[in-house]
Amino acid sequence: MNFVIPAFAPAIPEMVLLAMASFILVADTFWSKRYQFATYYATQIALIVAAYFIMTSFATTQVITFDGSFVRDSFADILKLFIILVSLGIFLFSKEYLLQHKFYSGEYFVLGLFGVLGMFVMVSAHNFITLYLGLEIMSLAMYAMIALRRDSSDAVESSMKYFVLGALATGMLLYGFSMLYGATGSITLPEVAQIIESGKADAVVLSFGVVFVVIGLAFKLGAVPFHMWAPDVYHGAPTAVTLYLGTAPKIAAFAILYRLLVEGMPGLVADWQTLIIIMSILSMIVGAIVAIVQENLKRMLAYSGIGHVGFLLLGILAANPDGYASAMFYVIVYALTGVAGFGMIIALSRTGHEFDKIADFKGLNARNPWLALMMLIIMFSMAGIPPFIGFFAKILVIEEVVKAGFTWIAVIAVITAVISAFYYLRVLKAIYFDKPNDESPLNPISSQLNWAVSFVSIALLVLGLMPSSLIELCYQSIGMQ
Amino acid sequence: MLSSYPILSTLIWLPIIGGLLVLFAGRNNDAAAKWLSLATAMATFILSLPLWAGFDTTTASMQFVEKVEWIPAFNIYYHLGVDGLSMPLVLLTTFTQVLVIASAWDVIKDRVEQYMGAFLIMGGLMTGVFVALDSILFYVFWEALLIPMFIVIGKWGGPRRVYATLKFFLYTFFGSVFMLVSFLYMFYLSGSFSILDMHTMQLGMTAQTLIFLAFLIAFAVKIPMFPVHTWLPDAHVEAPTAGSVVLAAIMLKMGGYGFVRFSLPITPDASMALDWLVIGLSLIAIVYIGIVALVQSDMKKLVAYSSISHMGFVTLGMFVLYDIVQNTGSLQGAQLGMEGAMVQMISHGFISGAMFLAIGVLYDRMHTREISAYSGVVNKMPWFVMFAVLFSMANVGLPGTSGFVGEFMVILSAFKANLWFGTIAALTLIIGAAYTLWMVKRVFFGPITNENVENLTDLNKREFAIMATLAVAVVVLGVYPGPLMEVMHTSVENLLVQATTSKL
Repeated sequence: MNFVIPAFAPAIPEMVLLAMASFILVADTFWSKRYQFATYYATQIALIVAAYFIMTSFATTQVITFDGSFVRDSFADILKLFIILVSLGIFLFSKEYLLQHKFYSGEYFVLGLFGVLGMFVMVSAHNFITLYLGLEIMSLAMYAMIALRRDSSDAVESSMKYFVLGALATGMLLYGFSMLYGATGSITLPEVAQIIESGKADAVVLSFGVVFVVIGLAFKLGAVPFHMWAPDVYHGAPTAVTLYLGTAPKIAAFAILYRLLVEGMPGLVADWQTLIIIMSILSMIVGAIVAIVQENLKRMLAYSGIGHVGFLLLGILAANPDGYASAMFYVIVYALTGVAGFGMIIALSRTGHEFDKIADFKGLNARNPWLALMMLIIMFSMAGIPPFIGFFAKILVIEEVVKAGFTWIAVIAVITAVISAFYYLRVLKAIYFDKPNDESPLNPISSQLNWAVSFVSIALLVLGLMPSSLIELCYQSIGMQ
Repeated sequence: MLSSYPILSTLIWLPIIGGLLVLFAGRNNDAAAKWLSLATAMATFILSLPLWAGFDTTTASMQFVEKVEWIPAFNIYYHLGVDGLSMPLVLLTTFTQVLVIASAWDVIKDRVEQYMGAFLIMGGLMTGVFVALDSILFYVFWEALLIPMFIVIGKWGGPRRVYATLKFFLYTFFGSVFMLVSFLYMFYLSGSFSILDMHTMQLGMTAQTLIFLAFLIAFAVKIPMFPVHTWLPDAHVEAPTAGSVVLAAIMLKMGGYGFVRFSLPITPDASMALDWLVIGLSLIAIVYIGIVALVQSDMKKLVAYSSISHMGFVTLGMFVLYDIVQNTGSLQGAQLGMEGAMVQMISHGFISGAMFLAIGVLYDRMHTREISAYSGVVNKMPWFVMFAVLFSMANVGLPGTSGFVGEFMVILSAFKANLWFGTIAALTLIIGAAYTLWMVKRVFFGPITNENVENLTDLNKREFAIMATLAVAVVVLGVYPGPLMEVMHTSVENLLVQATTSKL
């Protein structure tokens, strides 16, 4: 057997991240004494360098390397760029939060960077092993990040919950992989697809495989009925970590969902479509109804996130390229909105006070009208009210569902959108209509955060007025496959 | 034509940008906020006048058209234009805008810049609703409008404002999402979001029925029609005066506008098959809601119910057309009903706005809207009562006021359609007179029984100017509605042809 040196070039961004993360891990031990922010800046630079390498070699065709286990295409590049964009925001917010809450440490950024690396590998995965590898790199980083505040029992509890359930989910996923491998004799996605298509594989084993894979993915996405971990983990984790795990990983999770279901088993669409339909509808309903009674904004956003996953799945269940593109658009918008939402909680939090209860937001308009306006944009964008970008995310997926002939699902979707509008309005009611408990002016913990949160929120409005290029980006990248 | 510059875009964006400026420039400087708002509103109104002057009444096609690609991937355009149906409503919007800003001048003390800014932004968005020719653009304006209104009612409203504003938002949002699904469905069929394309596309009966019902939910909530009207009295009672004025004078018209722009031309066969539903609900609104108005003890609630009852005429006038065509075999009679409905919309815009402003004048002085708290106001405020009685008479439909024209035309055409429709609709002449005049008697006349009334002062110059402007509008439109009808005539003819051409 000849060993051929694989092409390394397509994986340069990943290699940059790996090298930088390893370097920072070591360097942090020496730096952190003298230069407090060195790790932070090094992390941000690593991301920017990775983004630079992606942009300069932007993939216009599909490149497969490492013996079919790694793929670089415009779908992957776009998602990676957005993961970087979102992560830049995450680290910016996190730095201030960690400082404010007095557990600033370089480990957060190192772990975060490894998490990003995991996401990159997930996005570019082209066989089961790579995919699993990416998922585990990301998940392990996140388990540790949640428990970063080891003296907080809430955080440790969240971490345990997430670890146990996450391990279970990965187990399911692996079990599904093994069945698919057993039935098809291959682990490379296109080959698996080909063998399924040819009808040579055992249909029963395949069906079981699909079910387990979908369940594993549903855990990671937080889709009903595998969503139970999300509210507790979101709530218990420090807000900086919630911000991290509520945004960028969703993009990566969408990517593996796409890779596995669409690239790996298009022949089994009848099997997974039904599963996705059920999960999508349940997620939208649970996300809309259970969020109503939440008093904690982080928990509310967790449930609203579950609802958003339901909407995201609408695009997948349409089972055609336009549908996937709309889902891709949705997940990007969702991640950006998430950064804005959790970023707002971080910006307003104070030492020893999380500012994550809806009651904390009472009378925000009287205390800081600018941030109140920004929160209005964020909430209405999440609710899908025009002219904010969340509206276009919703209508695109609904449009694709209608196109695919599921108008009844579209009707359920819009009804849940109306129900969920209620809890977003509840937050705005607290901000605009209630009297503040504390009249003193409330400024964000740093002017940097003020700018950051304003920038992201206004981006939601500007993108809403001019959504065209982002939409086209998504549709073209999927269309190229 | 005066379409050398994008006049419709100006009318949309000038108030929105002005509103944003007010939000920032007016912080901690109430006077600046007020003057800047008034200047913006005035400028918008003046800039909207060329619409009338340059309007070509001989064509039913869209005028002052602007069309730019917005989201090419989905064929969504920034497409604006007006015809005879929407142009008067645009003018009504810009006109009301000025009055609304003026009416809040001394009244609002808390966060003036946010209040004024919200109304300006709302004004731009409302114009957008009337001039959008792309259904997604229309929907964007339609929904975005809820945001400032939500804030206005919830922040400056009465004691139950939070309940009222949530109810308002959720009701309207619930109604409109079905409209959105219909748009998406039609896009799926035709590949276009353009409203004009939807007018010409073929649709099967099942699809038409479902789309018609979806539209009906959306527009019935907005108008509002019985039985989905319950948000309106709450919203009106809790909203500040200017909010009520905008709600009654313009937002309700969007529902009526929706019927003529969407339901009738897009789903003519379903409209014909289900016209009994709309007519039935309209007649219930006219009679039943009229009787409900009779027993109200709160003036604002009374006028709110009277609004619902009057809007019943609008929907009645629009949907009797199929019965008339069946009876007479020509579109001639239907023209009367449709034009009556359109005139009624404009006229109701003036009258209901005026009524709410009048109540606002009293409320600012006495801080109560209970009818029983008043008596003999005429002794202290003769000028005010003169105007208020004029508006009340217009509300009743006295000949010579604008209220008469629309109602008369609709009742007349209702008789052509069916004797019973006409008879029931005509009952309003009694019921409307009863609740309005009874209120007039109790509030304005009689002896002064309350010592607070003793201390009332008559209209100041600002209030006088607002009232006088509206009075002129009400009387002129009542005596000489010709120009308005002329503007609408061709468009209404075209609409009737569309509404009676089968698309199966």
